[in-house]
Amino acid sequence: MERVTDPDLAMRTLALTKRFGDVLAVDHVDLDVRRAEFLGVLGPSGCGKTTLLRLIAGFERPDGGGIEIDGRAVTGPRRHLPPEERRIGMVFQESALFPHLDVAGNIGFGLPRRLREARVAEMVALVGLAGLQRRMPHELSGGQQQRVALARALAPHPALILLDEPFNSLDATLRSQLRIEVREILGRAGATALFVTHDQAEALEISDRVAVMRAGRIEQISSPDELYLRPVNRFVAGFVGEANLLPGEVRHGEVVTLVGRFRAGNGTLADGVRAEVLLRPEQLHMLPVDRLSSAPRPESVLRIVRRVFHGSEVHHVLRSRDGFELEAATASSATLEIGTEVIVHARAREVPVYPIEADPL
Amino acid sequence: MTTGATAPASRATYRARTPAAPAWLVAAGVLVALLSLLPIGYLVVLAVSSGEGALALVFRDRTLAVLGRTLLLAATVTTASVLVGVPLAWLTIRSKLPGRRWWTVLAVLPLVIPSYVGGYAVVAAFGPRGALQSLLEPLGVERLPELYGFGGAALALTLFSFPYVVLSVRGALMRLDPAFEEASRSLGRGPWHTFFTVTLPQLRPAITAGALLVALYSLADFGAVSLLQFDSFTRAIYVQYRASFDPTLAAVLALLLVACTAALLLAEARLRGRARYHRSGGGGTRRARVVHLGRWKWPAVALVVLVVGLAVALPIGTIGFWLVRGLVAGEPLAFVLEATRNSVVASGLAAGLAVLASIPVAVLAVRHRGVVASIIERATYGGFALPGIVIGLAFVFVAARYLPWAYQTLPLLLVAYLVRFAPEAVGVTRTSLLQVSPRIEEAARTLGRNPGAVLREVTLPIIRPGLATGAALVFLTAMKELPTTIMLAPTGFDTLAVRIWSATSEGFFARAAAPALLMVLVAAASLALLLRSEPDR
Repeated sequence: MERVTDPDLAMRTLALTKRFGDVLAVDHVDLDVRRAEFLGVLGPSGCGKTTLLRLIAGFERPDGGGIEIDGRAVTGPRRHLPPEERRIGMVFQESALFPHLDVAGNIGFGLPRRLREARVAEMVALVGLAGLQRRMPHELSGGQQQRVALARALAPHPALILLDEPFNSLDATLRSQLRIEVREILGRAGATALFVTHDQAEALEISDRVAVMRAGRIEQISSPDELYLRPVNRFVAGFVGEANLLPGEVRHGEVVTLVGRFRAGNGTLADGVRAEVLLRPEQLHMLPVDRLSSAPRPESVLRIVRRVFHGSEVHHVLRSRDGFELEAATASSATLEIGTEVIVHARAREVPVYPIEADPL
Repeated sequence: MTTGATAPASRATYRARTPAAPAWLVAAGVLVALLSLLPIGYLVVLAVSSGEGALALVFRDRTLAVLGRTLLLAATVTTASVLVGVPLAWLTIRSKLPGRRWWTVLAVLPLVIPSYVGGYAVVAAFGPRGALQSLLEPLGVERLPELYGFGGAALALTLFSFPYVVLSVRGALMRLDPAFEEASRSLGRGPWHTFFTVTLPQLRPAITAGALLVALYSLADFGAVSLLQFDSFTRAIYVQYRASFDPTLAAVLALLLVACTAALLLAEARLRGRARYHRSGGGGTRRARVVHLGRWKWPAVALVVLVVGLAVALPIGTIGFWLVRGLVAGEPLAFVLEATRNSVVASGLAAGLAVLASIPVAVLAVRHRGVVASIIERATYGGFALPGIVIGLAFVFVAARYLPWAYQTLPLLLVAYLVRFAPEAVGVTRTSLLQVSPRIEEAARTLGRNPGAVLREVTLPIIRPGLATGAALVFLTAMKELPTTIMLAPTGFDTLAVRIWSATSEGFFARAAAPALLMVLVAAASLALLLRSEPDR
């Protein structure tokens, strides 16, 4: 296996493949993690993201492809470095602290004896647990346990930190608080991290880049805003954020839909092709019919059938004459009554378009 | 569960895959498994290699007579235990028996009396020159009815094994939904009729389970049977080994005995599987009403007093009687101290060995599930199914044939103990390991430890309390062990169990009293430990 030439890469996988019986858990995955990057792997349960993590850690042996960590091939056709020789740190779903060791013992576990004391003190300060060195794991709260687990993984300066749904066992408030904190700690430590989750809000909030996984394959890797605004296919569009997928037909390089016409990608779609247009709820603007100066075309009139209150904004579920539903968001102060008839404008010109034939789902 | 079928399916296959075990771990496991298979394997080889000779021995009249006697004894003891155990269970759970709470404890207390201590108690109380006779002598009683043989053996075994039935039936009675009985009464059936047509049929699985345990106990028992001189398998094997040293005949007898116990164990395992299934459906949380005994009150009390008196008060009383006599007569206690020391040394070493051996087997079974691990684990449990006399005999043969220098040395005794008691340690170690998340071990791997270091620095320290429990369990059980010890202990290396047995055989009842008392205490401690570690399973 050739060596990585790009010194900016902390880890990369090449056509990494793992099979369990008939199931391709990981299917030719190519993934790069840059130094000091925080990469989120997002996918529904059973998509293979945890297997991917365990392959990188060395707990599973791949059936094909390779992994390089810090410029070194750790697995390949004739090579399989065990986890203890891969220079990785790992944080698990449950904290997996050693129950027979105190906080200092846990953090110092991966360190040579002579460095232990100084580095443990440093790490305890980094994760904000100074003074708790002698506590046993069961004497810590869930959030504290995860911070110790993080400190333990960071202490030996690993080339890569792997986090397997690390906030899963915590309650909602603590969860959002701790993930910001973990992000900050990793940033301060200058660590490279790969983090697996099924929670899209979590992934978008703290990742530099997000890889969306489905059925063993990576569908898209991009920055959170890119992922939200320009998902590559309907699956990613639906999985990340709330999505209206409006069906339409291409006419003269534009997709004609219920709420207007949109430029069909770079204009390569032929006339007559059926396609779907992605519009996020906040991109849709409602105008009540009774405030219009002229009568709208009847097929473009929608009725508000439901409202969902989200705090700062309210989502309105709209239904067309032939029963198609879409969602539009307004500020809570500008909400409209259920039953109001509206027409909808899209505030975006260039939106993602998915030809229906090309992406069967 | 039908929706999203793909995700759980892939996860199931994911979980079924376990990492390959390190070679040294498999090697250690294989060694333990081979040791465990050695006794039965060697006996089979011995029997098979003599070919038709062995087959002829099986169908010889004398062999068939031993088989018949053994089965008769087992059947009698089992029937008697059911006849005593079921009423006792019912009386202590469902009736207004005076002093019910006390009887509840006393009815299972006989379990702490090892069979040879029970045998000793029966002989030392009712036998020639026993306590009863010496009390009656002033009245001119020269002879008591013959005790040795079938009657005595059946009495002793019943007295100390009926609590298995009590325990099993009591559990079933407590789980029983009272609605069935109430429905029967409301439909016009009287209490007796209801008991026989409604309650008893529902208790049948529990009664069978208890009965099977009693049958196993009486098949495998050596202590009581040999002290009461009844030629069932265990004693016949021992006599054969002592007298003629005809390996083939002894091996054939031992294999027949193993076949009988294996049949019972299989039946028991099947029954247990089904009983658990039944139980999970039941929802009878309501406790049944306790029954007023009316005019049956005093007969019931008489039954309970008689049974508990014979099974608890008699052994304790007999031990006390002879202990005092011995002390008065200046029975030297130095022998007791020496035997205690020997018992502690042998059992302590056995405990350490068994726990050590349990580690690779349990780690393989829990962390590296697969064909190899499951064969190793089952082979180890095989030692559990073999009566002590069979293990003892096999090791005597192996040593006499291949390792004459090892015969009657402490190491060989310890290996036999290991085969006999490793399953207990494996059980406890396995349970403790199941409570350690594999993630903790994986965390240690990512922190630079290889599998051996993970075991040493993480897994074993975490399960240390479990290992200690396993060691204590094996220690106490090995203290009680009689047949293996008799056959394999170095000459002059008397343990407490051997002293009780040999002193009783020779009629020195006072000499056996102090060791017997110690042994009852050891057995009580071991039962308490077992009951405490049970809920984890």
